[in-house]
Amino acid sequence: MSPERLVLLALLLPFAGALLIPVFHRQPNLREAVTLTAASLLCVTVSSLLAPVLDGARPEVSLVEVLPGISLALKVEPLGLLFALVAASLWIVNSIYSIGYMRANKEPRQTGFYVCFAIALGSAIGIAFAKNLFTLFLFYELLTISTYPLVVHKLDAEAIRAGRTYLLLLLGSSLLLFLPAIVATWVLAGTVDFTPGGILAGKLGGPAIALLLALYIFGIGKAAVMPMHRWLPAAMVAPTPVSALLHAVAVVKAGVFTILKVVVFIFGIDTLGAQGLSVWLTAIAGTTIVIASIVALRQDNLKRLLAYSTISQLSYVVLGVAILAPISAVGAAMHIAAHAVSKITLFFAAGSLYTAAHLTEVKQLDGIGRRMPWTMGAFAIGALGMIGVPPTLGFLSKWFILTGAMQTANWLAVGVIIVSTLLNAAYFLPIVFRAFFREPPAAAGGHDHETGEAPWPMVLALSATAAAAIILFFWPEIPFSLAKLMIGE
Amino acid sequence: MSAVWPHLPVLQVLIPLFGALLAGLLRRPTPAYVLATAVSWVAPLIAGALLWQVVQTGPISYHIGGWAPPWGIEYRIDVLNALVLVLVTAVGAVIMPFARLSVAFEVGEGREAWFYCMYLLCLTGLLGITVTGDAFNAFVFLEISSLSSYVLIALGHDRRALLSSFQYLIMGTIGATFYVIGIGLLYLVTGTLNMADLAARLGPAWAEHSRAIVAALAFVTVGISLKLGLFPLHVWLPNAYAYAPSWVTAFLAGTATKVAIYLLVRFYFSIFGIAIDLRLLPIADVIIVLSLAAMLIASLVAVFEANLKRLLAYSSVAQIGYITLGIGLANQAALTGALVHVVNHALMKAALFLAAGAIFYRAHTTELKELAGIGRRMPLTIAAFTIAGLGLVGTPGTSGFISKWYLMVGALGAGQWIPAFVIVASSLIALIYVGRVLEIVWMREPSAQMAAVGDPPLSMLLPLVVLSLATIYLGIDTEWTAGIASMASTILLGGLR
Amino acid sequence: MSALAELVGRYNYVITIFLMMAGLYIVVARGNLVKKLIGLSIFQTSVYLLYIEPGKIVGGTAPIIDPAFTVYSNPLPHVLILTAIVVGVATLALGLALVVRINEAYGTTEEDEILGKDREA
Repeated sequence: MSPERLVLLALLLPFAGALLIPVFHRQPNLREAVTLTAASLLCVTVSSLLAPVLDGARPEVSLVEVLPGISLALKVEPLGLLFALVAASLWIVNSIYSIGYMRANKEPRQTGFYVCFAIALGSAIGIAFAKNLFTLFLFYELLTISTYPLVVHKLDAEAIRAGRTYLLLLLGSSLLLFLPAIVATWVLAGTVDFTPGGILAGKLGGPAIALLLALYIFGIGKAAVMPMHRWLPAAMVAPTPVSALLHAVAVVKAGVFTILKVVVFIFGIDTLGAQGLSVWLTAIAGTTIVIASIVALRQDNLKRLLAYSTISQLSYVVLGVAILAPISAVGAAMHIAAHAVSKITLFFAAGSLYTAAHLTEVKQLDGIGRRMPWTMGAFAIGALGMIGVPPTLGFLSKWFILTGAMQTANWLAVGVIIVSTLLNAAYFLPIVFRAFFREPPAAAGGHDHETGEAPWPMVLALSATAAAAIILFFWPEIPFSLAKLMIGE
Repeated sequence: MSAVWPHLPVLQVLIPLFGALLAGLLRRPTPAYVLATAVSWVAPLIAGALLWQVVQTGPISYHIGGWAPPWGIEYRIDVLNALVLVLVTAVGAVIMPFARLSVAFEVGEGREAWFYCMYLLCLTGLLGITVTGDAFNAFVFLEISSLSSYVLIALGHDRRALLSSFQYLIMGTIGATFYVIGIGLLYLVTGTLNMADLAARLGPAWAEHSRAIVAALAFVTVGISLKLGLFPLHVWLPNAYAYAPSWVTAFLAGTATKVAIYLLVRFYFSIFGIAIDLRLLPIADVIIVLSLAAMLIASLVAVFEANLKRLLAYSSVAQIGYITLGIGLANQAALTGALVHVVNHALMKAALFLAAGAIFYRAHTTELKELAGIGRRMPLTIAAFTIAGLGLVGTPGTSGFISKWYLMVGALGAGQWIPAFVIVASSLIALIYVGRVLEIVWMREPSAQMAAVGDPPLSMLLPLVVLSLATIYLGIDTEWTAGIASMASTILLGGLR
Repeated sequence: MSALAELVGRYNYVITIFLMMAGLYIVVARGNLVKKLIGLSIFQTSVYLLYIEPGKIVGGTAPIIDPAFTVYSNPLPHVLILTAIVVGVATLALGLALVVRINEAYGTTEEDEILGKDREA
């Protein structure tokens, strides 16, 4: 099949899955088989794009010209392929995990759950392969809308309130800031295509370009740059597979991916560097990193802690871009993958703790590692990835970002990375310590009758992602070469 | 065919007119309904043929009774009014299947034939305003459509419909009379009522009669603004929309205000704008300010509305603000956005009001607090409502986004930051009021009395689904909406002084 | 003095505007629906005058072509206003019909009483 066909197929597969899933509403096994098939096919499709793209092909598909000069069009470039690969492969793992989680917890409305999930994945692929800002924005909004039902899945008062925050912040920021930024870009440049080197060079300068950049950075609410981060902790009410989708597979990744694309292909690194905007961007990202880490330190609810950890980690990607050194941009792109595999492991672990032992708070975790060694072992690996300790992919991505910061003598960024690494260690390591080295509470929780691990699909999923975090440390060729291609090396 | 072809402009008006007479004479519900449906389905064919002809060969001029303009009445059709014709007739045709059950339920036995008579008269008037090239003739058609719409509104099941209709009658008549005063002043100055002739003669008259012309402009603007519900002249609109039979609301929301907007555009860009430099007058600023106020204030009112139909009505006032904003900004992108939003808003608002009608048909209420969880009882209806609602917010992939895109480009392109900001702020408020409805209908637990409620029959569901799918389709394929709107605005702006 | 002379000279417009304002005032200020309609009719009537007056041309005769005359009155305004009168009558009739129905439904034709009854319900 030609690469162009493959691109189209990759976009259509999740949506086809979404159409097919409700057909098997009454046969859960078949329904899940549809999800898994769609996910596997998507992964194969996206993977088979790898070879041509590494060879320098940039397959393009134009679907329809929506407005004069603005088409709904797809174009595969290395960064987008990296994001698509992460999303597609994690969809498989997440689906396996979801099957265990949703069944073990007897969640209602599972068909709707899988449908929305598939649509969300389709949107993520659309974002990854978008040829221009317009296409990206369309799928960006579709992603928000399709994940909203997932966030309010429980349909209790708390979930509905959280859903309100989720929708208002994400749609609000994109309507109020992101859209005007896109329109302004169109008015200024006469195009919204992602172009190497950017399209705004020489089009505007001074405060105007800073304002436009701010519109993008804060308008892309999915990247959760403070103060646009509130939706992420709020969305914690959702079932764990949804949290994994939000934090690792698609949503926040779509946010930072969009920021990467905008900075590299709309503004152009050189243009931003010439305008001296690196410092501001570093400051914004650095503030978010440090504050979110400090907030995470004070959380007792495990999922909320992970949520703030995500907020902090996302801004690493923004920081990697902000440094405006090619090597740190590579680090930023790799951090998308690194954070994805580590954070999904952590969420899977949190979910299996909830499923197997109904534990949600950090202080309940004393000694749980002895009962659930696989879960907590994977959690430990995920935590190492977050802190940035070898042998995890997280180490590599941070290393590249740090190298870039040193090269450009951006000491602010260097300081932020060091402080936040310490903070990450300070809130993750105690959890690992608790789980393995503290005595379990003697019959205090009344959980005596429950023993052992979570259902096997969940354990399988979280072991796989933990393994991936380590394997990618030793064989980082795929993300690394894609990231290098992005900056044109 | 060749014998009919040259007479299409007048047939567009005559067929509904005679249909109306006949429907009144038929007296029985079913024949009257069949007749009305037949007329409604023929009308878009004629309109489509006219649009095709205009796009192919340029404007059509039809002389009533063979009297050459400016002495006789001229029907003049260019891209702009051909587009409006297609819109009005298409809305009528699509929503017609919905009418049978809904009207029988809400209007009641014995009045249905008269109902369809009035509907066809209203359609006649609206189409007449659109085709005519004569300013006074437009007034006559305006009154035909208005008088029949007063009747249609008064047929609502609630007694408050009567007072709403009466208030609309007062406001509407004042508006129409203002319009006639404006026309009268223009006639005093130029001695002509033909629109093209007016445009030609006003320019030379400007030097001597500038005060009379400005007064005429003001009278015409206020008069038409009353009809189209421009803030703050919209006060008749929420009640009229809320208490009219649901189907009537869908029809009027999709057509009546849109035709009034067409008339305003015609006067600004094809008459006054050609004759005099409108930038000398503060008229555009006034319209922009009022539009921005409508977009913010009416949207905010909608957020706090307790009744679904009233909420949608206030949303209409806000959305009309978008359209008039585009007219006020008066550059290529903004005017295109305004004209495209005329079409897009008409279709999605018709869908939304039809959904409200379907809900009323099944659940016998449109009070939001009683509609908790109704989405689980009427999933298809509410799904269609959701799509059209997203269109109202302007989510990408829906037609609402296309209009907003053009308006934003128009505003930012002209360096107008405040309107651009208000556009997005108003979409955000729209998100809040649409989201509020969606949360109630989807997320809440359905009450016990809604247990037996289900989706309406196919005849009601189908128009609803078609219109909501149009919201998506026109958000992706914009060749016929934005393409023609852009063509029209090029012509309109090209003539401006 | 000249301003006054101008006013007197254009007394027809003065009367038109007076009727216009009086009609509009009644519509706005009166709560009784029938009186509102009366005001509306007066308002509309003023427009009839606005059109008819300029149709008269000083020294002109009825617009029937005859070699003996060269100056004719303009017939068009009369025709237009004939239409407008029909519209006005129709509006008045419809308005009155609505008032009858309102009276049946509410038992009153005073606007504030009607609104009060709706508020109670």
